[in-house]
Amino acid sequence: MSKRIGMEIALATAEAVALCRPDVIAAYPITPNTHIPEHLSDIVAEGRLDAEFICVESEHSAMSACAGASGTGARAFTATSSQGLLYMYEVLGIVSSMRLPVVMAIGNRAISGPINIWNDHSDIMTMRDLGWLSLFAANGQEAVDMIIQAFKIAEDPAVQLPINVNLDGFQLTHMVEALFLPDEKEVDRFLPRRKPYAALHPDHPVTMGALGMPDIFTEATKARDQALVDSKKVILKVWKEWEKQFGRRYEPIEAYKTKGADVVMMTMGSMGETAEIAVDELRREGVPVGLLKLKLWRPFPFEEMKKAVRGVKTLIVTDRCCSLGGPGGPLAAEVRSALYAEAERPAIENVLIGLGGRDVTVNDFKQMFRQAGKSRGIYEFYGVRG
Amino acid sequence: MMSTAKPISIVENFEIYAPKLVDKEEFFCSGHRACQGCGEALAIRLMCKALGKDTVIANATGCMEVIATPYPATAWTLPWIHVAFPCAAAVGAGVEAGLKVLRRKGVNPDRYIKTVTIGGDGGTVDIGLQALSGAMERGHDMLYVCFDNEAYMNTGIQRSSATPFGASTTTAPAGKASIGNKTWKKNVPEIMVAHNIPYVATASPSYPIDFMNKVKKARAIQGPAYIHCLSVCPTGWRAKSEECIKLGRLAVETGVFPLYEVENGVYRLTVETPDPLRPVTDYIKAQGRFRHLTPDEIRTIQRRVNLEYRKLMNKVEHSLSWTE
Repeated sequence: MSKRIGMEIALATAEAVALCRPDVIAAYPITPNTHIPEHLSDIVAEGRLDAEFICVESEHSAMSACAGASGTGARAFTATSSQGLLYMYEVLGIVSSMRLPVVMAIGNRAISGPINIWNDHSDIMTMRDLGWLSLFAANGQEAVDMIIQAFKIAEDPAVQLPINVNLDGFQLTHMVEALFLPDEKEVDRFLPRRKPYAALHPDHPVTMGALGMPDIFTEATKARDQALVDSKKVILKVWKEWEKQFGRRYEPIEAYKTKGADVVMMTMGSMGETAEIAVDELRREGVPVGLLKLKLWRPFPFEEMKKAVRGVKTLIVTDRCCSLGGPGGPLAAEVRSALYAEAERPAIENVLIGLGGRDVTVNDFKQMFRQAGKSRGIYEFYGVRG
Repeated sequence: MMSTAKPISIVENFEIYAPKLVDKEEFFCSGHRACQGCGEALAIRLMCKALGKDTVIANATGCMEVIATPYPATAWTLPWIHVAFPCAAAVGAGVEAGLKVLRRKGVNPDRYIKTVTIGGDGGTVDIGLQALSGAMERGHDMLYVCFDNEAYMNTGIQRSSATPFGASTTTAPAGKASIGNKTWKKNVPEIMVAHNIPYVATASPSYPIDFMNKVKKARAIQGPAYIHCLSVCPTGWRAKSEECIKLGRLAVETGVFPLYEVENGVYRLTVETPDPLRPVTDYIKAQGRFRHLTPDEIRTIQRRVNLEYRKLMNKVEHSLSWTE
């Protein structure tokens, strides 16, 4: 039986990782993800988890050690944020190219500069094109569930790709929430031991990480892209299985009161919870608004996106990140390209909000809804101080 | 009746005995794309023979990764992983941890497998030094072997912090206003000794039995070990490819690169050097990278070599084991 507990989300995330029985954890401290590896090291120290915990000297080494461990067939986990993610950047694409199912929690945080340790999504957006699967949690329960789902998805024989689970720094990592922590036996039933397609061992030697010259690089890239596209089937299958076993439903885009809504907001991560309250309040006032919460960032759910906005007049896409000198926010750019070929599509407005830890309140969402249809240009920064 | 013939010396009859001392099985196979006379490819082949089958190799980006694994070909019959340039020691650390835990949990057979990490001088003494220091400090059960050819040869002979003083490289070229490389070679074996690891050695494929003995010794150690192998690069050193082995010997005989080991703090010369040392000119003259040096500049190098050699001999004569 799952037990309902009140726990800081970072610690609950670590408990979820431990339930997955990782073999190797390699991590380096950086705010705000730090409580995850800290708590995991506690769990190992208490003897509750049999794993090698490597206190590496950098995030570059954290991801590299995960690559080496995963290469032996071990289940490997790490966690990071912001500058740490950038520091391991070089290794990220290699891990996906080598089809190593490493699982990483990212306590999302702004990228310097100026230096800022608080939440936005500019860290994860830098790695969107590196071949990792990417999930976004809106609350602690989702963070816990997604961690366990992540191992199963990543290690599926048809997937064999690394995956990251995003939880907003501080807004989620440092929040105490009431949540269900699944039972160990239930997780064992859901998540069997990893069966690697190849492993570093002299009984069956393999060469991992060979040189790809121009005659195969295009084919290798196409194969990687196809692997990500195809992974969606497995993700949906795993989510169905999860719902059946644990009773909580997951879908790439979760719709909230979008029926009959003229104006719909789109969020990723923890803002979705606040936006729901704004939708409730406006609905009570008779304003037909709705909300879409994106949970699957990579592979991007193009088909679900098209379906989700049918009949919607205006779609406000929020982005906690700015593609500097580019099209505004990366999520909006993705949504626009997903809908470009559609004969009927909503007007898309893009609001950059909640950057570097700036709070986004219920009133902010109501204000954004009220301003719908008043031209914002391609994108706008919300609430800029004069 | 007693024989009056002198006993046959192994050293004098090396050609007769050497094949019997070396395993015939190849783990780093021919057909790879190394340059003619590559000291590094030879050293790796010897290293693998000394390590044997139960080994996993983690390889930094560099010549050896490029020449040995152009997909779909591979020269490796040992399990081998390459991730990136600066992080081979961290990859090796992950491999070591993975093998340890999978054996402990009964997933892998109950048999000891050695993790060996290899890299060039760039991937070890420059961009990989942090990962190397971290892995050694944490005490992973791993042998790290640096194959030092004294510059970034894979990208075209750019200087590294292992490049010797006075060598002309493509980023430290000799010219009217430049002697070439202006810095002295970084002493990474000594940095490894400072990590208090149980075994550190220098080696050279020009002394194959010495090198292989060191690899075997390092393999047997449960803990971190480091071997720094001078790997002559005829291409980058502007030397004749058939002189690879000779240059390696000259490096030792001139005292430029003495062969020693440090076992639990005790320094020992493993290959005797001539007394007095051969002049460094013998080593320098055979290499195009030093061609521009004046007699005065060569004297500066000679003084430094003498000093470094004296420093080493002080340790050889006075070091005590820290385990006793």
